[in-house]
Amino acid sequence: MIEVENLEVAFGKGGNLKQVVKAVSFSVARGESLGIVGESGCGKSTVLRSLAGLDRHWTGRISLNRQSVDKNRTIEQLLLAQMVFQDPYGSIHPRHRIERVLAEPVRAMKKGGGWDRVPKALERVGLPAGFAERFPHELSGGQRQRVAIARALVLEPQILLLDEPTSALDVSVQAEVLNLLSDLREQQGLTYVLVSHDLSVIAHMCDRALVMKDGVFVDELDRADLQAGRTHAEYSAVLFQSSFL
Amino acid sequence: MTEAKMIVQHNALHQGAGRFYRSLQKSIDKLTREPLGMLGFAVLALLILVAIFAPWIAPYSPITQNLPQALQPPSWTHLAGTDEFGRDILSRLIYGARITIQTVLSVTVIVGPVGLIIGVVAGFAGGRTDAILMRATDIVLSFPSLILALAFAAALGAGLGTAIIAISLTGWPPIARLARAEALIVRNTDYVAAARLYGASPLRLLFLYIAPMCIPSVVVRLTMNMAGIILTAAALGFLGLGAQPPSPEWGAMISSGRKFMIDNWWVAVMPGIAILLTSLAFNLVGDALRDLLDPRHARS
Amino acid sequence: MPVPDSTSILTVRNLNVNFARSTLKAVDGVSFTLGAERLGIVGESGSGKSTLGRAIMKLLPNSAKIEAEALEFAGTSLGEASEKQMRKLRGNEMALIMQDPRYSLNPVLSIGNQVAEAAKLHLGLGKAAAYKAAAGMLERVRIADVERTMRLYPHQISGGMGQRVMIAMMLLAKPRLVIADEPTSALDVSVRGDVLKLLDELVTENNSGLILISHDIRMVAAFCQRILVMYKGRVVENLVRLEDAQHPYTRGLVAAMPNPRHPVRRLQVLDRPSIDAAEVRS
Repeated sequence: MIEVENLEVAFGKGGNLKQVVKAVSFSVARGESLGIVGESGCGKSTVLRSLAGLDRHWTGRISLNRQSVDKNRTIEQLLLAQMVFQDPYGSIHPRHRIERVLAEPVRAMKKGGGWDRVPKALERVGLPAGFAERFPHELSGGQRQRVAIARALVLEPQILLLDEPTSALDVSVQAEVLNLLSDLREQQGLTYVLVSHDLSVIAHMCDRALVMKDGVFVDELDRADLQAGRTHAEYSAVLFQSSFL
Repeated sequence: MTEAKMIVQHNALHQGAGRFYRSLQKSIDKLTREPLGMLGFAVLALLILVAIFAPWIAPYSPITQNLPQALQPPSWTHLAGTDEFGRDILSRLIYGARITIQTVLSVTVIVGPVGLIIGVVAGFAGGRTDAILMRATDIVLSFPSLILALAFAAALGAGLGTAIIAISLTGWPPIARLARAEALIVRNTDYVAAARLYGASPLRLLFLYIAPMCIPSVVVRLTMNMAGIILTAAALGFLGLGAQPPSPEWGAMISSGRKFMIDNWWVAVMPGIAILLTSLAFNLVGDALRDLLDPRHARS
Repeated sequence: MPVPDSTSILTVRNLNVNFARSTLKAVDGVSFTLGAERLGIVGESGSGKSTLGRAIMKLLPNSAKIEAEALEFAGTSLGEASEKQMRKLRGNEMALIMQDPRYSLNPVLSIGNQVAEAAKLHLGLGKAAAYKAAAGMLERVRIADVERTMRLYPHQISGGMGQRVMIAMMLLAKPRLVIADEPTSALDVSVRGDVLKLLDELVTENNSGLILISHDIRMVAAFCQRILVMYKGRVVENLVRLEDAQHPYTRGLVAAMPNPRHPVRRLQVLDRPSIDAAEVRS
């Protein structure tokens, strides 16, 4: 579903050039859930943003659904992958009602009014239909994150890119959102790429995890490794140790 | 139109009205906790009413001269006294409110949209567009507005229209700067990133996502600016470049009263008080609006 | 496990906090005593845990109304202390460590000068000696390149380093009470352990009390000797071991955390109605 070859991302120019991602390659199968775990500044979010088409500083090759994509995406390519952001307070337009938030993707893509899809989109993420009337500030963090997931799914993408989707939420709300994400993946056969600093979230959600440090992948862990705490690199061992005191 | 459709439309209308009413109620609720802001709003409302109903309120004509009554001190017949031509100063102030309001509104209507659009486009587009627009803004900003207005009036002839154009010409750069700063912040938010991902066109981003977020602070700034506009207009009037005699412009009234200031203080002081109160009211309203519209400045 | 020091540092009895225009209590009848020990306060956002910490330091805005039967710190009643007395206490006797240390440090003073300032104040040293003492302290909190770090400004250092600097300053001040409000949640996973270890050293060395406020129940359980679990402003459970938890809220919190050692298909979510029912009964 996703293939990445020699992805490099660098910001800045000349002497200030900062190589954030250094020639990484990976692939994600259809319906798989891949986790990327690492600490702040390791480049994990940059990988995700390059996949989504938000960052344009990358070189290398990215292909989604067997077609190679460019830095500027066509409408069809944008339809393949949508993203859910970390901060539920900043990822929804504060002056749009929820119905508007959920209709906008359809309207922006010039695929009709979009209003008719709002009730179904809300139902899919377990929110009552009455929420369509509300403004984001009338919702809790977990409810907003549900709206953000609903917005990403309105266009029926096959890939969902999740950037720390629960790290701004309380533990009990995190459990609800993670359950919702698992259910949605099962029902709709979605492919996930989940980026997080929290190894326990990655271990819970993902079939496979890549450990990232300083712009490269230092370890690859499968489900059994994650459960047993088996690591193949020094850094991931440290990460395991400090994640589970 | 079928009946069912009409009912649906009616309901939608009703719902919209309900929403509007609720948010209005909330704003008024908040406003009642700001006594100074309320005072400002009250003064402005009074000023607008006075301007609208000037012919019915004013006890005398503002222009007809009555030389035997010249330079009367404030009394029950002439509450604010009379000027050197025997005209009732209170009546002139009441008619002058019309000129002031007209100036303020015209300048705001020109400056607001121009500043907003230039600023938002510069902030959103970035790069070369931003550099060109902002340098232009800097250049205009470095002109002293009064001097520019003087030059303008000299070229086009003095008058209220010229004054309005001159003030507007130098009034938009601060608004543009503010709008650009806001746009720079909004441009990098996650909701704009999400909108890019679902293919929103640049125009859509600009007008539906970024500009609406800049409007509240622009409105606040415009209200604060109104006080400055009144002062500039009065200064132009004082220099004889604004509204021309015999029209009762407040600045021009001070200017003519200046000659009698020592013996007949009221001729200059009364319009001065009018200017002071009005610009103070605009500042108070601006402060209150900032608390209402801009949550970042909320006092908790 | 060491027996908590019997001489209490902080006594809180029936503390209530109300915010203006709200009938709900942010903190509702909280009582506890703190000796020379590590006490954890756990709860989710809105549980009142941070408000409790700030109420003890009297750092709440004026709109908050604090009432308590007793709020005593090392013999002084904080309830009656004037703002002037509180300011003196806050600098010397009690300390607050916040989530992002870069906001607690003075942004226009270099790290070295800031720590040296603390040394001057608390040890009564001269300028050169204070600077030397500061360098020693920064070394103690395991900052790698002390000379270079002392010349940096707060915005130039990482969160983990900032927390170490805060701890270094407190080691100089030797407070009797340290309240740490989410001291590690802005930090990378791999430095959390170090910061906690330093915090522990700080309180053991001064024989002082530590209140660790956090949302992370597992971390608190691993680090603290006692845990108070807060829900909707009230302390619902007072635990020594997490395994002994009885209250449905505490058990729900533990079960809601994904644990790779016990993989589940779906995580357990909080059953809020039954928790509220349990609260009414108690």
